[in-house]
Amino acid sequence: MTTTSRSVISSGAERAGRRWSRRLAVLLLPLAVALPPGTADAEYADVVLNRLSEAADMAPVIFPHWFHRVRFRCKVCHSDSELGFKMRVGANPMDMQRLQEGEYCGACHNGQIAWGLENCELCHSGKMGLPTHIKGGHETSGPGRW
Amino acid sequence: MVLLAGLAMTSPAVAQEAAPKHKPLAEDGLHDPDLPGVHMLQEPGDVLGHLPATTSGNLVDWNKAVRDGYIEPRATLLDRGEVKTLDLDIYLPNTGDAKVVRFPHLEHSEWLDCNNCHPVPFAEEVGATPMSMLEILMGEYCGICHGAVAFPLTECSRCHSVDYDDYLKIRDQQRR
Ligand code: HEC
Ligand code: HEC
Ligand code: HEC
Ligand code: HEC
Ligand code: HEC
Ligand code: HEC
Repeated sequence: MTTTSRSVISSGAERAGRRWSRRLAVLLLPLAVALPPGTADAEYADVVLNRLSEAADMAPVIFPHWFHRVRFRCKVCHSDSELGFKMRVGANPMDMQRLQEGEYCGACHNGQIAWGLENCELCHSGKMGLPTHIKGGHETSGPGRW
Repeated sequence: MVLLAGLAMTSPAVAQEAAPKHKPLAEDGLHDPDLPGVHMLQEPGDVLGHLPATTSGNLVDWNKAVRDGYIEPRATLLDRGEVKTLDLDIYLPNTGDAKVVRFPHLEHSEWLDCNNCHPVPFAEEVGATPMSMLEILMGEYCGICHGAVAFPLTECSRCHSVDYDDYLKIRDQQRR
């Protein structure tokens, strides 16, 4: 019983594995050469938010994951039963009015859990012209690309 | 496969020699050094440099940082009920000639809520979610987080960590 299923699993899967190895090598080659881990300029997982900012003459917002995850588990922001940020860059309709009403960043940046929204320059600190994206070894189904 | 293994093993080493560990914010290509805010923010190196190291992503072993008490990230803000965790390892054996994948629920459920993974993108049933490495590399399934925020996909052996024979032994034990 066990032996049968083993040979079925391994022969089928191994063939698939070899086929993929070649495709994976092609995919990973540019990744390994162009973006060796740790050499990307900005800190891994930094998010640039510029859906509305630049059009309103404000510098793009930079959200540092590393800084926040030292203090909060992912679920505080991303769980449906907590703040409910969707895990996809650009997918959360944030603007200053929603923030002032205590949504998104405004759930904490209210002068209580963290400094308040009057500190424009701490969030709006990015270079003009940057698109909304996340810094990573690759980017996920958000607007980013390899 | 040999080529791949070579790539995966050499790239972190190369990175260690060639790159500064954490770029100062004013030079990171995202922050505008001419704006006042940049000089008031915390430098990543001042924090991350003191946490247990790895060679990719934020160069931090985040699970070890929590386990060894370097950081204590809060698990709830709104205090809506208890925070659920689950201690259950899942083995994903359709890995061709790569090692079998061990998925640890414990560490994941400490960082994440069940609703971040169930019912989308993963069914709550072992083996019920067909996934391939290509899809993962394209940012689906494990690749939603790994490659964006959690350690990147170049770290093959942190996921592909179990020999096939050991997997068979574990599976047979579980069946008994
Ligand atoms: C303080 C809040 C906060 C915390 C804590 C947090 N995130 Fe995020 N996360 C965000 C925001 C904000 C975005 C960007 C959303 C947007 O652009 O609409 C984001 C985006 C993401 C994305 C989408 C990336 C993409 O490629 O599109 C992923 C995946 C993600 N976070 C995973 C995590 C993981 C894993 C953790 C824990 C280790 C975590 N986050 C912790 C706020 C947070
Ligand atoms: C779960 C609570 C929480 C949420 C949600 C949150 N933050 Fe924060 N943030 C904090 C805390 C706490 C600090 C540290 C405050 C302090 O040092 O007093 C902080 C600090 C920061 C900093 C400064 C980092 C530094 O280098 O000092 C920036 C920038 C920032 N947040 C941006 C954002 C943005 C943009 C959002 C929304 C996309 C956001 N935050 C959402 C809690 C949060
Ligand atoms: C906690 C972080 C944070 C702070 C502090 C903050 N903002 Fe924003 N702001 C955001 C985010 C996030 C967005 C949406 C970003 C995007 O996609 O362009 C935004 C968008 C904007 C926009 C464009 C959309 C809109 O709502 O009109 C303007 C203008 C703006 N902010 C001005 C300000 C000003 C002025 C201040 C200071 C009084 C400020 N912001 C403080 C995070 C912040
Ligand atoms: C980071 C993603 C992730 C999180 C968070 C997560 N799971 Fe899972 N879970 C998985 C994966 C992957 C599988 C395997 C699915 C498959 O093989 O199709 C799984 C399988 C399961 C199974 C099936 C086990 C079996 O023996 O058939 C249960 C039950 C389950 N999870 C419960 C939970 C609960 C409860 C939580 C929260 C405490 C949780 N999971 C959090 C990814 C996750
Ligand atoms: C975040 C975890 C993770 C990382 C990192 C990872 N893999 Fe995978 N890999 C998986 C999962 C999950 C599967 C699917 C297993 C299943 O369905 O039983 C898989 C499947 C595979 C397969 C089987 C064929 C296929 O296309 O599905 C190969 C070969 C493979 N991975 C190679 C690699 C290589 C080489 C690396 C490093 C460059 C790597 N993997 C990194 C999780 C990972
Ligand atoms: C929703 C986000 C998310 C998804 C989806 C996810 N992970 Fe993770 N994973 C994390 C986070 C966060 C960590 C903590 C380490 C880090 O951030 O680098 C982690 C850590 C791990 C670890 C490391 C345990 C250790 O400390 O050595 C393994 C192995 C792993 N993940 C495998 C997987 C596999 C396999 C899948 C897909 C079946 C998967 N993960 C899907 C977020 C995720």
